[in-house]
Amino acid sequence: MNQTVVGGTKRKVANALAMAGLIIIFIAYMFPFLMVVINSLKQKRDIIKSPFSWLYTIKGLSFDNFIKAFTQMDFLNAFKNSLIVTVSATVLVTLLAAMLAYYIVRHNNGISKLTFALMVASMIIPFQAIMIPLVSIYGGTLNILNHRLTLIFMHTGFSMAMSVFMFHGFIKGNVPIALEEAAYIDGCTHSQTFFKIVLPLLKPIISTMVILNSLAFWNDFLLPSLVLTDKELLTLPLSTYSFYGTYSADYGTIMAGLLLCVIPILVLYVILQKQIIGGVVAGAVK
Amino acid sequence: MRNKNGGKDFCMFALPGMFCFFAVVIIPFIYGVYLTLTDWNGVAKVKNFVGFENFGGVMKDSQFWTSLLLTFKYVIFVVIIVNVLAFAIAYLLTRGMKGQNFFRAGFFTPNLIGGIVLGYIWQFVFSRVFVSIGESTGWKLFEVSWLSDPTNAFVALVVVSVWQLSGYMILIYVAGFMGLSEDVMEAASIDGASGWVKLKSIIMPLMMSSVTICLFLTLSRAFMVYDVNLSLTAGAPYGTTEMAAMHVYEKAFTSRQFGVGQAEALILFIIVAVISGVQVYMTKKQEVEA
Repeated sequence: MNQTVVGGTKRKVANALAMAGLIIIFIAYMFPFLMVVINSLKQKRDIIKSPFSWLYTIKGLSFDNFIKAFTQMDFLNAFKNSLIVTVSATVLVTLLAAMLAYYIVRHNNGISKLTFALMVASMIIPFQAIMIPLVSIYGGTLNILNHRLTLIFMHTGFSMAMSVFMFHGFIKGNVPIALEEAAYIDGCTHSQTFFKIVLPLLKPIISTMVILNSLAFWNDFLLPSLVLTDKELLTLPLSTYSFYGTYSADYGTIMAGLLLCVIPILVLYVILQKQIIGGVVAGAVK
Repeated sequence: MRNKNGGKDFCMFALPGMFCFFAVVIIPFIYGVYLTLTDWNGVAKVKNFVGFENFGGVMKDSQFWTSLLLTFKYVIFVVIIVNVLAFAIAYLLTRGMKGQNFFRAGFFTPNLIGGIVLGYIWQFVFSRVFVSIGESTGWKLFEVSWLSDPTNAFVALVVVSVWQLSGYMILIYVAGFMGLSEDVMEAASIDGASGWVKLKSIIMPLMMSSVTICLFLTLSRAFMVYDVNLSLTAGAPYGTTEMAAMHVYEKAFTSRQFGVGQAEALILFIIVAVISGVQVYMTKKQEVEA
């Protein structure tokens, strides 16, 4: 009896220690973000004097940095570009991958097997091993760089293998063929069957793939930097990069600009936290 | 699907997706192998066939081997620290304390933000915040910006990468811990297994499938580090923190030696493929069923 009580307090102490350790690590993790928020409201002199203090500023706090960053980065335009590219590529890859995976699952022929094997194998190819020939083909031979459509097409192509792989696994395990046979008997065409019967059944995996792909497209830097150079077309990571190059000594404005880039994702994260975390875990564990 | 109209089905369902995949991944990959055998400079209309000369160029490119060696060092540090840290945090998070979801979501935040922005945030922290701490406390460690010294800049790069990657691995390890069967843990406690024995003989073997995934993900990401490298140090000071992926980019698009750059990219690809292949094979062998 006595021993369980001792064990109980011991466990309590251990838990309290664990909690304390966790909180310290957590604060360390959040520290950089905190610094950005604090300094985005201060003027350069105050930042150099003390990056920590929010109180003893000479010039006070203001949103001037945000206004400056907003116009200098051409934030709205970059945001719009990122949004167009991310949404179009996500819709395109989700739809095409679902259709291709469905074809592969239901047609066990040579083309299906070869395509699927190539896709699985290609998933270990890093982007860097393809980027040089990619620029050579699309920039040199075809000369279609600097178009949003080209970037959307490339995003779609690069995430195709992973998406097909995920859809393939899901369709194989969760879409009963009997349902489709019933639809055919009732007179549905193949495309009707797919869009009205199969696609709605894919909802869970579609939401996972939409989250994974749109996050990747939104944050990607290397591929867009190779495709887009025209200032009008830059996506958010690209315009952040060029903005930083011009204003790197103007700390306040830079912090405000970085915060502007982060805020839209954080807002979305707060709203869709459960789905995003669930999607990422599902994507990784498969 | 019935086999009537097989051709039409193929064109409608399979062809568009296959076209994107082949046009963007397979054809450039094959063409890339061909590029390593030419002397293309990125602009010229003519590509001369030069055989294996570019691979000779790779051999002579000492900067490439330096950056490759540095990348290996970086990968070892990042993979070990990320996984130990994420495993430990996930273990603490799944002890049934309050606020688990809040912590998990917080740790994951860096993964939602692009590497370019993360690198810039940390550049400010290293070059201004830490220096300011150094000035006011007199700590030698923070007196000069870490980013101006080769060794410290390398450490800074490791710190940022660990910070960036561990949140993702925490998610996977937490999912693994939650999947551990209560019965097995209870049986172990009744049999008198201490915390350490439980961890070594029961938790670790059952967690091996999570370990396989996390090691694979950290390995492939660390080897290909580019965004954070570019925005945090850009290779500075004097190219001493230039990782392999960045070197490949510079070789091709700045020095305009596309053939040599592509040859180096292929070598890097083969190294990553072999190492992660071996890793998956080895850790998969350790996996057990509960």
